[in-house]
Amino acid sequence: MSNNKVITANELTKTFGDFVAVDHISFEVEKGEIFGFLGANGAGKTTAMRMLCGLSMPTSGKATVAGLDVYTENEKIKRSIGYMSQKFSLYDDLTVKENMQFYGGIYGKKDAFIKSKTASILQELHLEKEANVLVKSLPLGWKQKLAFSVAVFHEPEIVFLDEPTGGVDPVTRREFWNMIYQASANGITVFVTTHYMDEAEYCNRVSIMVDGRIEALDAPAQLKQQYHAASMDDVFLKLARKAVRAAD
Amino acid sequence: MFILLGMPVVQIVIFGFALTNEVKNAHIAILDASKDAATASLITELNASRYFDVERYCTDYKQIDDEFKKGTIKLAVIFPAHFDEDLQHFNTAQVQLIADASDPNVANTLTSYASAIIIDFQNRITENKKLPYTINTQLRMLYNPQLKGAFNFVPGVMAMVLLLVCTMMTAITIVKEKEMGTMEIMLVSPMRPQIVVLAKAVPYLLLSIINIITILLLSVYVLDVPINGSVVLLMLESILFTLVSLSLGLLISAGVASQQAAMFISLIALFLPTIMLSGFMFPIENMPLPLRVVSHIVPARWYYTIVKSVMIKGLGIQAILKETLILAGMMLFFLTMAVKRFKIRLA
Repeated sequence: MSNNKVITANELTKTFGDFVAVDHISFEVEKGEIFGFLGANGAGKTTAMRMLCGLSMPTSGKATVAGLDVYTENEKIKRSIGYMSQKFSLYDDLTVKENMQFYGGIYGKKDAFIKSKTASILQELHLEKEANVLVKSLPLGWKQKLAFSVAVFHEPEIVFLDEPTGGVDPVTRREFWNMIYQASANGITVFVTTHYMDEAEYCNRVSIMVDGRIEALDAPAQLKQQYHAASMDDVFLKLARKAVRAAD
Repeated sequence: MFILLGMPVVQIVIFGFALTNEVKNAHIAILDASKDAATASLITELNASRYFDVERYCTDYKQIDDEFKKGTIKLAVIFPAHFDEDLQHFNTAQVQLIADASDPNVANTLTSYASAIIIDFQNRITENKKLPYTINTQLRMLYNPQLKGAFNFVPGVMAMVLLLVCTMMTAITIVKEKEMGTMEIMLVSPMRPQIVVLAKAVPYLLLSIINIITILLLSVYVLDVPINGSVVLLMLESILFTLVSLSLGLLISAGVASQQAAMFISLIALFLPTIMLSGFMFPIENMPLPLRVVSHIVPARWYYTIVKSVMIKGLGIQAILKETLILAGMMLFFLTMAVKRFKIRLA
């Protein structure tokens, strides 16, 4: 196994009783890659992601994240990953600055690091004036960008984004993706789930999950060729129609 | 639908039958230093009435005192020596009633029942005599001579405030984090779930300690309710009860998904039983058996007894050992359940 592989999954499976949420999935993600993780609702994306984040124990199969085993080293994994969920996940009643200090603190970062990092993020996001504003008074787009910055605040190896751009306008989504590229250029591996097929085009490689299995995994251009589709949207529809399991 | 139609039925039954301020079959002790015909028939009458059950016959004040401390009796009737002789020779005799006034309402009711029975008896024996007999009833209200209501409601309010602040607030804040999505962020962070949960509980523990102190200061300096027992013991017991409430809050938060549900469960599961079944509003002794059984699982019931014993009666740890152990057991139970459920959610 090469050192460039930051995430490996081998026959990873999760069952809840009789229900097979994730069905023997295998894939590898390379360092600095933007890996799109697609699938209809209920296809098992979130469950797979939770296993990789150490939030949920796999039923069988193997997986490593940042070279660490998800069964035995999930506490260590937590130190090397950042996470941003589909729910907005900053503290509404703390200010922009306080949120950053808080998350920096949770990851055990030193005060000096937190201070300089906070300043640089505020500058990047042009939020210097809003540093002491409560997060709840920011527009949604800004909040999402801030949430992403907070997720990579502690400079993790990998950041997991669970539908990060839900409900955000196209312009902000574009800016958001610029931030993702920036992070990727800095060597952070990005693992992202999304519903927007135009976003899938931005990824280096995408996997499409149907009924708990990975049906397709390749670069967007290759996938389009393979499925004779004009866009990722068509690819997705062709695959998703095979689904037997009802979306929830 | 069942709730809508069933609720009134349940409530009317509970309130109508179970929760009554009327006192029936109160346990009493008798100290009969006279042991003559008159006292014997008076005792029989007391015992025959549906209000009293003679629980013990004592031989000295010390025993009566012990019974009160143990909380086994609510009232003691004391006949001095030569009761009948006094009645025959001087046409007048004394009887003393001692009531446990840490619950003033019950004490009041019981002494008036007892006095009525004694006057009844006095009238009956007077009927065929020329000179009227008088039996003088002396009242002594133990622990609370002025029959202040505050003696009763301060312990009750303490139980209620602590339970509400701790359980409801803990449950709500944790569930709020779940709703907001911040809990998930915490769980993917290197922080251990136990630490996260602990961090959520500590502020409310501190808050509750401040609440306890405030209530105690107010009751001592504004309401003139004395703290007769050890303040340290009272504080420790209160902290124990706070921990029980916190664990209960954690348990609730582990099981529900929304703030409304957390609030609703806290109210239904805590507030109503605390008011109705802790003995604060309605004496537990008078409840029908099923409710008495249910009242055992209400943490506030035990805490209420503890506060009354320590604060009003001035008793030490040995008197409330059972209650303390029960609370400690409840805390462990709730805590393990909460941690277990939390883990299941993570798995």
